[in-house]
Amino acid sequence: MTQSNRLNGGLINRDASLSFTFDGKSYQGYEGDTLASALLANGVRLMGRSFKYHRPRGPLTAGSEEPNALVELRSGGRQEPNTRATVAELYDGLSANSQNRWPSLERDFMAINDRFSNFLTAGFYYKTFMWPKAFWEKLYEPIIRKAAGLGSLTGEDDPDHYDKGFLHCDLLIIGAGPTGLAAALTAGRAGAQVILADEDFRMGGRLIAETGALADISGADWVDQALAELASMNNVRVMPRTTVFGAYDHGIYGAVERNADHLIAPEADKPRQTLWRIYSKRALIATGAIERPIAFENNDRPGILLAGAVRSYANRWAATPAQSVVVFANNDDAHQTARDLMAQGIKVPAIVDTRPDAADVEGIEVLKGAEIINTSGRLGLTSVQVRTEKGYTTDLYCEALAMSGGWNPNLGLTCHQRGRPVWSADIHAFVPGEGLPVGQIVAGAAKGEMSTEAALQGGAAAAVAALGDLGITASPVDLPAAADAPVSISPFWHVKGAKRAWLDYQNDVTVKDVKLAHQENFTSVEHLKRYTTLGMATDQGKTSNVGALAVMAELTGKSIRDTGTTIFRPPYTPVAMGAFGGRAVGKDFHPTRLTPSHKWAEEQGAVFVEVGNWLRAQWFPRKGETHWRQSVDREVLQTRNSVGVCDVTTLGKIDVQGADAAAFLNMVYSNAFAKLPVGKVRYGLMLREDGIAYDDGTTARFAEDHFVVTTTTANAVLVYRNMEFVRQCLCPDMDVQLISTTEAWAQYAVAGPNSRKLLQKIVDPDFDISNEAFPFMGCGEITVCGGLRARLFRISFSGELAYEIAVPTRYGDGLMRALMEAGEEFDVVPYGTEALGVMRIEKGHATGNELNGTTTALNLGMARMVSAKKDCIGNVLSRREGLNTPDALALVGLKPVDTNETVTAGGHLMNATGPVDAAHDQGYVTSAAYSPILESSIGLGFVKGGSDRMGEKLRLVNPLESQEVMVEIVSAHFLDPEGEKLRA
Amino acid sequence: MHKLKPITPLGGDTPRVDTVGSITITEVVDQALASVAARNDQAGAVQKALADKIGLSLPEVGQSSQAAPYAALWMGPEQWMVMAPHDSHELLAAELKQIVADTASVSEQTDGWCRFDVQGAGLCDLFERLSNAPVRTMGSGTAIRTTAEHLGVFLWRLAEDHMAVLGPRSSAASLHHGLLAAAKSIA
Repeated sequence: MTQSNRLNGGLINRDASLSFTFDGKSYQGYEGDTLASALLANGVRLMGRSFKYHRPRGPLTAGSEEPNALVELRSGGRQEPNTRATVAELYDGLSANSQNRWPSLERDFMAINDRFSNFLTAGFYYKTFMWPKAFWEKLYEPIIRKAAGLGSLTGEDDPDHYDKGFLHCDLLIIGAGPTGLAAALTAGRAGAQVILADEDFRMGGRLIAETGALADISGADWVDQALAELASMNNVRVMPRTTVFGAYDHGIYGAVERNADHLIAPEADKPRQTLWRIYSKRALIATGAIERPIAFENNDRPGILLAGAVRSYANRWAATPAQSVVVFANNDDAHQTARDLMAQGIKVPAIVDTRPDAADVEGIEVLKGAEIINTSGRLGLTSVQVRTEKGYTTDLYCEALAMSGGWNPNLGLTCHQRGRPVWSADIHAFVPGEGLPVGQIVAGAAKGEMSTEAALQGGAAAAVAALGDLGITASPVDLPAAADAPVSISPFWHVKGAKRAWLDYQNDVTVKDVKLAHQENFTSVEHLKRYTTLGMATDQGKTSNVGALAVMAELTGKSIRDTGTTIFRPPYTPVAMGAFGGRAVGKDFHPTRLTPSHKWAEEQGAVFVEVGNWLRAQWFPRKGETHWRQSVDREVLQTRNSVGVCDVTTLGKIDVQGADAAAFLNMVYSNAFAKLPVGKVRYGLMLREDGIAYDDGTTARFAEDHFVVTTTTANAVLVYRNMEFVRQCLCPDMDVQLISTTEAWAQYAVAGPNSRKLLQKIVDPDFDISNEAFPFMGCGEITVCGGLRARLFRISFSGELAYEIAVPTRYGDGLMRALMEAGEEFDVVPYGTEALGVMRIEKGHATGNELNGTTTALNLGMARMVSAKKDCIGNVLSRREGLNTPDALALVGLKPVDTNETVTAGGHLMNATGPVDAAHDQGYVTSAAYSPILESSIGLGFVKGGSDRMGEKLRLVNPLESQEVMVEIVSAHFLDPEGEKLRA
Repeated sequence: MHKLKPITPLGGDTPRVDTVGSITITEVVDQALASVAARNDQAGAVQKALADKIGLSLPEVGQSSQAAPYAALWMGPEQWMVMAPHDSHELLAAELKQIVADTASVSEQTDGWCRFDVQGAGLCDLFERLSNAPVRTMGSGTAIRTTAEHLGVFLWRLAEDHMAVLGPRSSAASLHHGLLAAAKSIA
């Protein structure tokens, strides 16, 4: 197909012809085109269907504010719905499809909605789908969502990479039009760190869309010169294709850079988009202005565009929506559209100007004081109906209409910290008001200064002022002479009597809907927005808000100033979720922590479990084992019968040193540490301020002023943070220093009756680890394997004779291999977290399941560990009456009366007889396991007054799964209650 | 000499080296680390002891100092990370403790950390993807404690085209993945 509407000139590269398809049909465009400009050049005006009424639509604008021309770009995993054809940069092989239509764009069955528009007004859903209530979720909402909605998701994984990063600058300039470029040149020459970002792929703003914006040089040439100079400055970062979408706290801005959206696919390993967090000392909003439409009957047909957009298409892209274009406006600016089109040989039958005193334009009839009252053309404009000042109506044949109701400063980013725009009677638009985000300044058209001259001068002056605040001296640069005509505009919002006159094209909100909202008393702007859906969806009302406010103002008899405006929230334009995710997707969603024996465990075929960020071996399957229980039972039995080794590096290790180290531990732990001898380990319980148990672990004393505290794996960071808080804030006078050594030491539990014999083969002979020389709860610094420094602790989580041995992490892999080799004669077994859990339940040791944020030392059977002789965190509140009732929950063991039955964690306990309900709750099960030693399922749990109820039978219930098991209360220490094994 | 064989933070027998475009990422293992935290009111004494004995002047906030073979990074209020080659100073913590005696708490940190040295043109392009530290204004010798890839790290600028990253050893693979991904992004 020929490019029948392609004009001469423009900023496209005619040497680079690009092929693309729209709805399966092939077209040609040029490098520098957008999808919209290329389609217009090919004579295609119809590009989409509207949201609610499925009205045929073409592009209204030439920028990111586009409400109509939304398409599905690409296919497969890369399919992207709701892409604005007006900003989709053309590339060779681009494929786009129209959306929200069936079966085709030209014949859309859902266009039947348009016939029922009298019913489908604002509030239709709220009024119609009220009854029966139960139908909403199952029936009405799914149907409505299917009928409405825009593009569709592919459902496939996005194959592309996204990246993110952080940038810093003195001055962030948002928008590279005349304002932004003048500011960037000024700040760049002054040596400031500058970032110049623009959402467009070609910088220049209106300078590259207008003819004659500058007096002595073409806008595009001056832009090229300016960009060339900026590119030569090391202190200036020029970022085209970068949308600054949000203004956040402290001068931080969010921006998305589209690195590869203009390519058919990103290069391998390269990001498609990059999300930048920009830390700016000052930010200049140079985002220009957005033209607004006029509301008149059927003002939404394909071919009806904003006048400035028609100029952009003609001047920048050498494309026209049609060969015959009428102009409809209330201001002088739109007259330029007529002149530019005429110069390109396009027929302009007339300018319809609402102002009786409008200026004349040479060579074109100006219908002064006239209005367009209706239009014709089902799939594209064919004529407009004009009512002249004297009241006659006449039809003008045209295939496009260029309309302009004036320009609104593009002030979205000024509102992101709740800044409220204020009404300017001079330009009949809202301009940025008070309460701008910290460090933000506005210049040029975004500030309401609408001439090119004002934009250039304002941009330079803003840069000088902003840098002055930062102590950087800058002087304004020489700028080209530019048009400086005063704004000539008479407010004109909608043609009187028009009903189906679109205000919000994207949400199908018409003048009639605003009137209905008013009639039903939704007159506040915020209510208006929510009742009619005005200003919602992907365009966020960029072209619609002010027009609707004007209609509401008229209806309420208030001024627009008094009617007020809604404000904008981030993002300025839609941002892909992939960009927010950046590199953090899939298994890289969060960092992983690997234990020192990880590589060895992988070689053993270990099954891993995530514990926080750690990957821990859960069990080590052996050949022939088909069920995890077989592996776990074997690991438990082999450990209890001989010896097992488990990587316990993940437990937090905090080095506590200083003259007051002991006093500090006395403060953070409920039990006393001051008298712990050097070379000994003590179990400690830590409380929260409110007296609830927080964490537990062992603390070893290596010197008078040196302790090593261990914490649970899950709480390692929290405990360290808590201890730092105590050190820095609660006890700043104490002489104590903390540092984490969790990662510095590889630590293994060596447990079982043969553990000492095994260690004696590893520990150097200089160190006596016999029971007498190195008794239970001893610790010491030793050497192993011929001189490697190590730490040995005689502590036991399993209840067996056991040790924990630590070496510098780089040797952890080697030590595991050495232990396995030395242990061969004892049939040593590596065990995972599952066997670790079984053995600690058999022994009745509490973990996070029991220290669950609701239990006290009393509940845990450790009341005596809260020393009354000293103060500690949580001490006072642990004595609260309510926490110390005679029937307080107590930790007990539970076993099924019938050993074939299973104890399940999470179930609640009820008396043997009586009701099963919350009022009769006796407690709950926290941990459960199958004990291969006892050959029975066992559990730990909390029972009211449990210590005095040994032998009593309770029902363990799980009403959700209709389970009921009779269990007996026993000691939590199923195994070796006197602790003979661990002292052996 | 003991008989245990060390492995690198990435799990290898030898340090890993990757080259992506102009960037080279090298795993560094010949490094012993020890934290030195001044006891109450002893910061001056610690600084003097280290300056007198090994010529190392402890750095200010965000800075590093060097007195070969030693180097130090600022780590926190009156707390520094001191480093020296591992093979010749494996017992660095004990060595430093002798020097500072009771004026400071010294803690072995050698294997708490992994280190990657990133060298080549475009260093800032790479690091601004990983960290919010103002890498472009970091001169040689600056050392910033910050986050990268959700991990607490030191960024230590050794030269215009040389940045050392110290991160938690257990997450070496995650940090390395982030460095590689960023290097590929800018290649």
